[in-house]
Amino acid sequence: MAVTISAAGAGGRLGGDPVVNDFSIQVATVNGSGSQSANLVLLRSIFRMGIPVSGKNLFPSNIAGLPTWFTIRVNKHGYIARKAQNELVVAMNPETIVQDEAALMPGAVFIYNSDLKFTPSRADVVAVGVPFGSIVASTCQEAKLRKLVTNMVYVGVLAQLIGIELDEIEAALSKQFKGKQKAVALNFDAIKAGAEWAKGNLSLEVPYRLERMDRTQGKIIIEGNRAAALGCLFAGTTVVAWYPITPSTSLCENLIGYLEEHRLDPETGKATFGAVQAEDELAAAGMVFGAGWAGARAMTATSGPGISLMNEIVGLAYFTELPGVIFDVQRVGPSTGLPTRTQQGDLLALYHASHGDTKHPVLIPATPQEAYEFAYQAFDLSERFQTPVFVMLDLDLGMNSWMADPFPYLDSPLDRGPVVTADALSRRVEAAPEGAKHDVFGRYRDVLGDGIPERTLPGTPHPLAAYFTRGSGHTSEAKYSEKPEDYTWLVDRLARKHETARKHVPSPVEDWRGAEVSIVSYGTSEHAAQEARDLLAEQGISTNYLRVRALPFAQSVKEFVKKSRRVYVIDQNRDGQMHDLLRLEIDPADAPKIRSIRHYDGMSLDAMSIVAPVLEMEKH
Amino acid sequence: MATTTPGPQTNRLGLTLNDYKGAPSTLCAGCGHDAITGQIVRAFYEMGVEPHRVAKLSGIGCSSKTPAYFLNKAHGFNSVHGRMPAIATGTMLANRQLIAIGVSGDGDTASIGMGQFVHLMRRNVPMIYLVENNGVYGLTKGQFSATADIGSTLKTGVANDLPPVDLCALAVQLGASFVARSFSGDPKQLVALLEAAMAHRGTALLDVISPCVTFNNHEGSTKSYTAAKELDMPLHTLGFIPAFSPIEAEIVPGETRVVDMHDGSKVTLKNLSRDYDPTSRAGAMATLMESSGKGEFLTGLIYVNEQQPDFISALNLVDEPLATLPEAKVRPGKDVLDKVMESLR
Repeated sequence: MAVTISAAGAGGRLGGDPVVNDFSIQVATVNGSGSQSANLVLLRSIFRMGIPVSGKNLFPSNIAGLPTWFTIRVNKHGYIARKAQNELVVAMNPETIVQDEAALMPGAVFIYNSDLKFTPSRADVVAVGVPFGSIVASTCQEAKLRKLVTNMVYVGVLAQLIGIELDEIEAALSKQFKGKQKAVALNFDAIKAGAEWAKGNLSLEVPYRLERMDRTQGKIIIEGNRAAALGCLFAGTTVVAWYPITPSTSLCENLIGYLEEHRLDPETGKATFGAVQAEDELAAAGMVFGAGWAGARAMTATSGPGISLMNEIVGLAYFTELPGVIFDVQRVGPSTGLPTRTQQGDLLALYHASHGDTKHPVLIPATPQEAYEFAYQAFDLSERFQTPVFVMLDLDLGMNSWMADPFPYLDSPLDRGPVVTADALSRRVEAAPEGAKHDVFGRYRDVLGDGIPERTLPGTPHPLAAYFTRGSGHTSEAKYSEKPEDYTWLVDRLARKHETARKHVPSPVEDWRGAEVSIVSYGTSEHAAQEARDLLAEQGISTNYLRVRALPFAQSVKEFVKKSRRVYVIDQNRDGQMHDLLRLEIDPADAPKIRSIRHYDGMSLDAMSIVAPVLEMEKH
Repeated sequence: MATTTPGPQTNRLGLTLNDYKGAPSTLCAGCGHDAITGQIVRAFYEMGVEPHRVAKLSGIGCSSKTPAYFLNKAHGFNSVHGRMPAIATGTMLANRQLIAIGVSGDGDTASIGMGQFVHLMRRNVPMIYLVENNGVYGLTKGQFSATADIGSTLKTGVANDLPPVDLCALAVQLGASFVARSFSGDPKQLVALLEAAMAHRGTALLDVISPCVTFNNHEGSTKSYTAAKELDMPLHTLGFIPAFSPIEAEIVPGETRVVDMHDGSKVTLKNLSRDYDPTSRAGAMATLMESSGKGEFLTGLIYVNEQQPDFISALNLVDEPLATLPEAKVRPGKDVLDKVMESLR
């Protein structure tokens, strides 16, 4: 039987020493069949054994009936990017079983539902037929409940085959069903039945084993959208206006859930937040910036098509200088594109969102902790700079399960920006010389020369507080003007403000090793990139690394390119958007150094998609 | 003998009418919108509203320029075409203590902004939503709007062959809680309606016919001054008695109906040609349909419902503005984070 080392180096093999804590499991099921619970229990049981894991859900744009896959990567080194191939595959879906078998890597273990009309045909894999129907019938007396627990049987079979501890499975079940004892018992019975069946009927030893480690102690499992929602919660968000769109929906749903739990006034029981499901993204954005104008911390979350609709109001907010935070959980576009697949295709659309001369801060988290921290920071930046701030996630980060350290409590005071109160106006009037008492505040003045103006909030009880907000050309005093010099002064000040923001957005993560080869990534490419660097190092190619964490680029990004010999820029989009943006902003003399690596099939990036092209290009 | 010059009249706050004025209008001389602006100034003055408490909002168009022409001491926001309702909704979420007045036009509301208009009415966001309705696009020089009547002609003689959107009927159907129609040439009625709108808690729609002197004031237009004056069919003679006024309402049984507003003010409706009950939604709908069939231009308080909770009340928000809540009220403590983290282990 052929023995092959997998592309990512964590090979499957039969007959040799077992591979411990370094493989992937994929489960193929039917959308809507309730497999998610079984998959999360599987993930969490392994996590509870102290072994690093990550989980990715590959699902169709459909409610029920279409194929769906869930992949768990187990990796003792902590690699969490997707692997292109899986060592263990569970096939429960009659529609895809032939394709699932065909895609197996040599040496894989193929656990399939033997109740399906299917005969295994691969000689280079281990096929294990499991009679799910009869196992479930033996453990679950009530026929109507059997469908609900069928998927749990494969958890049990896997537990027996690769060594998942039943105690940890039971604990994971308790968590999954939030202590509902009857549901826990019903599901645990099915799992035990699966394990018993495997014990009694399978004499083979599969070459993949789990062994308890201590690398998950104290850690959490969380999706990026939930992490971002927590950032919003602790940043004191008070207005949420949103329109449901995959894959951003769970961000607002989680946030609203947390707000309802933690943001009722203890004395009155009344809400200290307002959440509105808007009629569309145009309205959601309008509500956010209306609330921002009036002084509230406001946010929305959407995906690419929603960003398109919000563009008009984003341009207005940029020009009139209104705060508001927009999360873009990217999917594959344009239009509907692949709505349940991942991409980083909105980078340029966010940076230059809207018409005319516009540029916005864009924060780009790679991990749940960064999603949490950048969400928090986005509100500070938005109010300080009085401008829309985007936080760019993607489906991979937003909707998949990630292992993380518990988040720190961010205790720096909220930065509400330069808001001038009625008391401050009174003090200024008092201090002003005669003849200048009516001139103590101008909405768009460049007070400190950094491009940042001051604002008063509607409702401020002072006769000098009011100003008029308009998308038309205006002066530093917020008066209507079409004079060329007023307009150029205004947009030049906005550019100055953007330059100031450059120093305040999250700085890049950098690892300079003086190597020949440099790699630049952003967002979720981080995980595949770090694994790729290790794999390249094994091939004798050391790499410098920089991960962009925000736009505008920090000065150090240009310097990194300047001191590099060759730079590979990794993009999860067809046209290499970061590659192009970088070339626009660096010293033109450095442009020939830059090479583009692009991954855009809708699947999250895997290490080999970086390693292979780097090796290929390094040959030349 | 010494003489004294009487000072200007003041309202209950000691402010003069001038304190409620804005920048000089840049609209065409004789524009109906300027007449409406004058009544807005008067209504806020008479109601004794503190100018800083007002947020004046608009979309795009001739009508949407008008917030610059009243209440200089109030924050204003001239937003984007048709999207003022969302801006206003966000504003009121942020600060429920503001008094919001939105001014829109028939293009801004009935075409590009139809979606947001519809949802504003459904939500009953507390604000005055005033449509300066002239049936024509002014700033783009004279195209029909969606409220132009069938058969009405442009200056060039082109006739409109599509039915108009009746904003009042639409608002009643959507569950709006205060729906009125008026005419820029009837200051008395308009001021009373504006004051009643201020006393209302919820969205108050005022659809005000406001002739465009430049593009739609010719023979053949159904929204000219002449046509509006001829066709105007008031439902009742309106009076408004604010809650702070010591005046008792003169109520003649059988002739005058009184609507008690939420803040204690009273709207008096003296019957004219028919006995009209503005608290009946079905009656309002039937009357609007009947009148539009006859080509009448019905004005007055068409529908009012003081029981319906407004959007902010329905959300059960705290009384103070969300915008200025102190950190202690908006930022959960470390214990909350620890609890959430524990649940994710």
